[in-house]
Amino acid sequence: MRVAAQGGYLTPRRRRRLRETLVAIASIGVTLLGLVALTFFIGRMLPLDPVIKIVGENAPQAAYDRVYRELGLDQPLIVQFLGYLKSAVTLDLGNSLTSGRPVLEDIGRVFPATIELATVAMVIGTGLGVPLGVLSAMYANSWIDHVVRTVCLIGYSAPNFWLGLMGLMIFYAGLGWVSGPGRIDFVYEYGFEQRTGLLLIDTIMAGNWDAFRNAVSHIVLPAAILAFSAMTYISRMTRSFMAAQLTQEYIITARVKGLSWRRTVWRHAFRNIAVQVLTVIALSYAFLLEGAVLTETVFAWPGFGRYLTSALLAGDMNAVVGCTLIIGIIFVTINLICDVLYRVLDPRTR
Amino acid sequence: MTEPLLEVENLRIRFAGNRTGRDAVRGVSFRVGREKLGIVGESGSGKSQTGRALLKLTPRSAQVTATRMRFRGEDLLTASERRMREIRGRSISMILQDPKFSLNPLMKVGEQIVEAYRVHHQADQKTARERALKMLEAVHIRDAERVFSLLPHEVSGGMGQRIMIAMMLIPEPDIIIADEPTSALDVTVRRQVLCVLNELVEARDTGLILISHDLNLVASFCDRILVMYSGRVLEEIEASNLRNARHPYTRALLDSLPRLDRHVDPLRVPQRDPSWLDGPVFGPEEGS
Repeated sequence: MRVAAQGGYLTPRRRRRLRETLVAIASIGVTLLGLVALTFFIGRMLPLDPVIKIVGENAPQAAYDRVYRELGLDQPLIVQFLGYLKSAVTLDLGNSLTSGRPVLEDIGRVFPATIELATVAMVIGTGLGVPLGVLSAMYANSWIDHVVRTVCLIGYSAPNFWLGLMGLMIFYAGLGWVSGPGRIDFVYEYGFEQRTGLLLIDTIMAGNWDAFRNAVSHIVLPAAILAFSAMTYISRMTRSFMAAQLTQEYIITARVKGLSWRRTVWRHAFRNIAVQVLTVIALSYAFLLEGAVLTETVFAWPGFGRYLTSALLAGDMNAVVGCTLIIGIIFVTINLICDVLYRVLDPRTR
Repeated sequence: MTEPLLEVENLRIRFAGNRTGRDAVRGVSFRVGREKLGIVGESGSGKSQTGRALLKLTPRSAQVTATRMRFRGEDLLTASERRMREIRGRSISMILQDPKFSLNPLMKVGEQIVEAYRVHHQADQKTARERALKMLEAVHIRDAERVFSLLPHEVSGGMGQRIMIAMMLIPEPDIIIADEPTSALDVTVRRQVLCVLNELVEARDTGLILISHDLNLVASFCDRILVMYSGRVLEEIEASNLRNARHPYTRALLDSLPRLDRHVDPLRVPQRDPSWLDGPVFGPEEGS
């Protein structure tokens, strides 16, 4: 046995890695458990009666009692919670009280719409926000800086739903450049197979270019508006991260070597803000994935945010708890991806 | 003095928004050839800004003027940014104070040296790497291969500063400005680092401007010394002649130092005389 211990598949380094990974997984589990518990109990405390939602106001007492028992509401809270956990592990989040379908199925239906919108918005927002923030810091107090900061101020102060309404009024009703609310025109909706639920991808996979163009013309305005606010946030943060780096001594060193200002900024300073910028991007992405409720409402976008809001207003606690759990998982996953990327971007953490 | 490389006459640096009414640097003049010039002065005397001004790397809020600022006869004041980039590193280079901050924390030190070389020399990665390794050996780093791929936080202060020296000398500049190169280091490694710098500067016949607040250190390494106070040069003196300095400020600085050969008690705190602010400059020519 001594030989095995010596040759060691588990070198000290690997053992440490393994322990770190296990701790990370455990902490994710605890986080999610806490999240479910919190939402579950808050949901049960609310003075909402799910039974009346099902049987109606004027149902006889016998029908009410039967449904009450069917939902398991006669049991102690803790038993209900354990039961919920048990089924949650098997991916059963219960049925939605309003749609009658399993919550997970509902979410699976609305979530792709939000993923699609959020992703397009983030690509645009990051693609513009990061370079603008860097330029703004690089030429601080020049006209570029002033223009970027003014645009950001507008983006920060103008509410999204207002921008959405204005956008619809100008580009849809007025100029007719884009399509109106919804994800796709009705005529195209069944002209291709929805495999992923992401219409841009599904239409391409089906080779249905007319439908693709139509989907693009629908997504462009809401995505642009979400991208605008993501961009303002990202560029403001990038600007301040960069400004802090540019006062560092190693920037002088790079310039003493004879590097141009542009090369100094992009090659030397940018690496040093990459981790912080990534965090900001990840947070805004997670934020958009939760569903931009107002934008989804204005554009009649059948996404996650709208589903969650209507479930909340209808007192559909199964759906609310399910959605909260999904949001938690998204956050945890994005954080996990970030942690991995930090190691790639910052050699000191390896 | 050898044939001058750098001539500065009446250099002034003013910071926008400064309300003290006194500029950071006020009419500094000197010449440097292939020799070792020391600039001493307390904090805020304008010595570092003078060094930065030679490379035109003063902060954006600084206005630099001079009657003359020439490198090998070429006017630096009117030189374009493009031309300045050719001069920086290749002709005039600078070593900064603290390697903890002056090296890019995310780049391997070797890569940073390679970069300094390749900005000015057409060379492929492999040749540049070999040059960098040789340079690391020249600053007395054993095991250059290993050090090459270390990150700045993995090296000690003394080694960091030697890496900095390697990086700034690899393009073979004519003049190197060392701005407080040892202030951030342990006393025990100061002399060692300076010896490495001195050795390379002498071997390559590079001009050195050593900026420091340590009068003794400067006196033992340099040929000539400029004593700065409040943005002006108060006295210019041969290092060997420092003992006979005549300006009361220089005298006061010398008197404030403890000595090994005799008992000085108490050490005198220099008393500053407002008349120095605009008083006469003591130069070596008047002294003889």
